[in-house]
Amino acid sequence: MLQLATAIAKAEIADNIYELVLKTELKKYTLRPGQFVHVRVSKSTEHVLRRPISISSIDAEKSEITITFRAEGPGTKKLAEINTGAAVDVLMPLGNGYDINTAEAGEHVLIVGGGIGVPPLYELTKQLNKRGVKTTHVLGFNSKKDVFYEEAFKTFGETQVATADGTYGVKGFVTDVIQQIGTDFDKFYACGPKVMLKVLDNTMPMDGFISLEERMGCGFGVCYACVCETTAGEQVKICTDGPVFEKGAVVL
Amino acid sequence: MTDKLHISLPGLELKNPIMPASGCFSFGEEFSKLYDLSELGAIMIKAATEELRMGNKTPRVAETSSGMLNAIGLQNPGVDHIIEHELKYLEQFDVPIIANVAGTKIEDYVEVARKISKAPNVSALELNISCPNVKEGGIQFGTDPETARKLTESVKEVSAKPIYVKLSPNVTNIVDMAKSVSAADGITMINTLVGMRLDNNGRPILANTTGGLSGPAIKPVALNMVYQVRQALPDIPIIGMGGIATVDDVLDFISVGADAVAIGTMNFTNPYICKELIDELEKKTEEMNLNHIHDIKERAFL
Repeated sequence: MLQLATAIAKAEIADNIYELVLKTELKKYTLRPGQFVHVRVSKSTEHVLRRPISISSIDAEKSEITITFRAEGPGTKKLAEINTGAAVDVLMPLGNGYDINTAEAGEHVLIVGGGIGVPPLYELTKQLNKRGVKTTHVLGFNSKKDVFYEEAFKTFGETQVATADGTYGVKGFVTDVIQQIGTDFDKFYACGPKVMLKVLDNTMPMDGFISLEERMGCGFGVCYACVCETTAGEQVKICTDGPVFEKGAVVL
Repeated sequence: MTDKLHISLPGLELKNPIMPASGCFSFGEEFSKLYDLSELGAIMIKAATEELRMGNKTPRVAETSSGMLNAIGLQNPGVDHIIEHELKYLEQFDVPIIANVAGTKIEDYVEVARKISKAPNVSALELNISCPNVKEGGIQFGTDPETARKLTESVKEVSAKPIYVKLSPNVTNIVDMAKSVSAADGITMINTLVGMRLDNNGRPILANTTGGLSGPAIKPVALNMVYQVRQALPDIPIIGMGGIATVDDVLDFISVGADAVAIGTMNFTNPYICKELIDELEKKTEEMNLNHIHDIKERAFL
């Protein structure tokens, strides 16, 4: 689970959004889209908590994963300063990702991402398309400067972007785009802010899967920091039982 | 393993003085997939209460400089479940288990202690009179010497195993607190310090508003408190903890008089830390030409 990786490429792909390509041993794992890595910011004890970051792309042949994060606080800002060639200490793979077997070849699914929730959906759409599933993507951001991965998603299917301030694409939220394109899909898969997930969870008529985020301590189920309640009244851990849950399974 | 690290304490034969602290190791199962738990000196399992507890609202953790705040709220499946499942799982390992006991009223502690002290693989109890994150119980027992005395005596009466009391650092006089629990077989110290962190909009990050500060940031406080208690109570067994991250930190705690130590927060940062510290401590005793790790015990007083 604890692994040393090497940063082999880094890029700022939107305002404060960074992509880090890590080379690491992947043979022993079966990675699923939607899983995450828990990255130690540095060897010093200044940052005692690791940072949970989504895997946005997996290249098993090259033994590489790409992680995408927003440099927001002091820890992630420090991560954004990592030089290529540097060793990166990660716990991986963590969490239950999306199950691509939930969509059959020939089905048409809706992929909905909001902000820093977009990255894990990229590997998901890659794998779904490889399986013969047709995907339509709706990505929401705050502003034009925050938009990323639009071109990447377009190579796999129709992709629409919404910005809250209207500086790019449709003015408004992902739900405004969905209102235009309708909900005639077999399934939906979403990741993004809780308020977005809540609306989708309540209004999408088809089955779907959502991925949650929460402040985490350990990332592997021992500290009980990132819990949420299921609609059945039980408590689950987002890091190990999630982060992906079926529509209607958890209280948002 | 060498006898140079072996420690005998009431109810506990420790292969080495390193053990994970309560609340930072859950009930061990996740860590058992990373290394052999039998290598540990002991395991302090997550707090047990009489009934299942759901804990506090999220966010429950926030990072601070060289530390973290937590306000989990003693989430656990309840003492009966812990005896039937979590402790059963741990039976396959050759390691003493210290069961952390929590409650709201004295009667709760007594009931949990009565039950869990009978579990065959529980070697000792740790009375959690210092959890800062629950509205009732916890810290109120740990900040008033008279209440702490009553609680310790009541639990001692029913427990089938030795009792260690976990002291809170959120007190004016730690020595008074330590003396008040003299009915106990030993002391574990320190629990977390009450703290707070705000977000960029000036509002508390934790849903509980305040949380317990742990991690390397609190080590100087912990070290001083162990030093004070050891000075006042030369014979009481002490398991010291608070911000231990390196083998030198372990030596520091033993130097001020701790018999053994526990590792908390750093289990999150590095899940292999306890195992690594045991290996490093063994090397260190060789390098320092010690016959036993306790050769350096209390050297801070010389």
